[in-house]
Amino acid sequence: MVKVRQSTIIDAPVDDVWRVLRDFNGHESWHPAIASSVIEGGEPVDAVSSVRRFRLKDGGELREQLLSLSDCDRRLTYCLLEAPLPLMGYVASIALKPVTDGDGTFWEWSSVFYPPAERRDELVRLVTDGIYRAGFEAIRKLMGRPSTQVYSRRDVGNRGQEPGTGTGPAFIPPPLTPPHKGEGDSATLMPDRAKVQAFETEAPTASPSPLWGGARGGGIKEPQATHDHTRAVVVERHGGPEVLQLREVPLPPPGSGEVRVRHTAIGVNFIDVYCRTGFFDLLNLPGVPGMEAAGVIEALGQGVDDLAVGDRVAYAGPPLGAYAERTNRPAEMLVTLSNDIADGLAAAGLLKGVTASFLLHDVFAVRPGHVVLIHAAAGAIGQLLVQWAKNLGATVIATVSDDAKARVVERLGAHHVIVYSREDFAEGVMRVTGGRGADVVYDAVGKDTFAGSLAALAVRGHLVSFGQASGPVGDWDIGRFASKSVTVSRPNYGHYTDTPERLAPHVTRFFSALRAGIVTLASPTRYPLERAAEAHRDLEARGTTGSLVLIP
Amino acid sequence: MQTSAGFSNAKVRLMPKVYISTVMTAPAAEVWRIVRDFNGLPSWTPFVVESRIEQGAKADQIGCIRNFTLKDGGRIRERLLALSDYDLSYTYSILESPMGVSDYIATLALTPVTDGNATFASWQAEFDCPPEREAALIQQIGQGVFQTAFSALKQRFGR
Repeated sequence: MVKVRQSTIIDAPVDDVWRVLRDFNGHESWHPAIASSVIEGGEPVDAVSSVRRFRLKDGGELREQLLSLSDCDRRLTYCLLEAPLPLMGYVASIALKPVTDGDGTFWEWSSVFYPPAERRDELVRLVTDGIYRAGFEAIRKLMGRPSTQVYSRRDVGNRGQEPGTGTGPAFIPPPLTPPHKGEGDSATLMPDRAKVQAFETEAPTASPSPLWGGARGGGIKEPQATHDHTRAVVVERHGGPEVLQLREVPLPPPGSGEVRVRHTAIGVNFIDVYCRTGFFDLLNLPGVPGMEAAGVIEALGQGVDDLAVGDRVAYAGPPLGAYAERTNRPAEMLVTLSNDIADGLAAAGLLKGVTASFLLHDVFAVRPGHVVLIHAAAGAIGQLLVQWAKNLGATVIATVSDDAKARVVERLGAHHVIVYSREDFAEGVMRVTGGRGADVVYDAVGKDTFAGSLAALAVRGHLVSFGQASGPVGDWDIGRFASKSVTVSRPNYGHYTDTPERLAPHVTRFFSALRAGIVTLASPTRYPLERAAEAHRDLEARGTTGSLVLIP
Repeated sequence: MQTSAGFSNAKVRLMPKVYISTVMTAPAAEVWRIVRDFNGLPSWTPFVVESRIEQGAKADQIGCIRNFTLKDGGRIRERLLALSDYDLSYTYSILESPMGVSDYIATLALTPVTDGNATFASWQAEFDCPPEREAALIQQIGQGVFQTAFSALKQRFGR
């Protein structure tokens, strides 16, 4: 076996280099040895197991298969399936690391293979020079130094930051943002609309009530010169975190029944990942994801009389479009924030808090004495459920994946904590309940836990399946549920919160529980809006406990 | 990080992390020779004046404790948790320091850059501290300690 290991430094930010290299079919456009390349069967370039078939400039044809791809480690591994050369058992990895002093990239390209002894040196040289070093040079040329674009820090977005919500002490240094087409430029773009700036402080009269006001699904409509703009994270096509791109998008005046909100903190939820990847068909492309945020009202649309410019508000739920500096929202679904609820807390906690509230009160009403099993209990919603169910008088059994998370959940007051990687959790539940089982199971893990959750239920128990982080639960014969008279429900956030009447009690309950200290939320981890991709990477890597927020 | 009532009784948060990396224009073996010495901080960092290994242990003995004095008089004790001449890395924890951190674990690692005979060096730490001190400590450890030490070493290699 031989090992080849080559590394270099590229004078460009690691995310820029990764964007190019993670495209499994992209070598066609940058590697000098490649003449053409296709992904077989039209699979996505970032689907693990996809196969690229490519032709070298010297005519040889090869097939390689993607074995692993990690956007958090910035690493991919692939193997050779067919080649005109005896590169037997060839497996290669590309890995990138940031160089923090100088914003460069460390790039390692390595492989192992089993060449015939007599061709060993020739093949090692081919891989080292003809593939890896030639590739380094090509990328170096391609990246050069960040283009001619001049970035300038925009100052208008920072005005009026609420105390405790802006660039807090643990905040990442001021982000560079793309040039803003606002203020200065607007005069030339809109010569007869000088009053456009008045939106900041007063309501426009006779709003044109644009068709796309509050566009459901976060879709962006074509720009119109007469409209204001805002910075937003836009998804052009479904894909990995890298499809989250910061852009300027048109922002019409708030329509009838709408208000314009300037966000101070934006919640990041797993459902945003599903929207990004297309797993849930909620986001019209190109569109702005996100359905949770806190901010300040900047302008009122027609017919809004119970809110005022300057009010602190928050929201959780559709329509999408929260990953933006400013946006228009239906006024009736906004929650007014009292002074003791910080913006970051509302943005990080409202969706989860309201969810926890309807899960514990509506979907199944937890009463004193109930045995409640909560999966992923160290996650953000899990933590709320544990604390709240305990306060409701239930016996709380929590499952977690490791000991560190077990300690977190123990501190929150769970009566029993099961580390499911070590112990069959269904057996654990039966053990601690003397064979009786749980009255209710809250399961957002899905595929990996569903069967065990059913097994852990008591007779007439209720399995609340409200997510599927590990994958869909698959097909089940409901006839089997008769063995314990099981109830299974699959609640949808919208159906419990889609009117002010349905939403309000949960908001009130959640805020009361927060004030009373019945539930606590960890300080959210903050990311600048432009680093939404990083936030998604961290969330998907399960490297986070607690909540994530984006700060415009 | 938050001052409002809603956060004052927060029970859990992420451990602060620091990650610093750089490129040195010297072969990894040469850089490793210098940084490998767990008792050698005074020879390459500008802020450590004196160091010793407690109880006469060897500086590459896993579990040994280095006891060193900073320029400003502060004293720090750190325990060597892992050292690999194969991976060119070592990991240590803080036992005592004036910084007010707990559960502090740091790793310094070198990787050869084959293209140019240079070294990619990274230094990262994870620790716990009161929330209000987190930002200052990240800055102090990242820039004040890791980056400052790396910069001094880079200068030695003429860059």
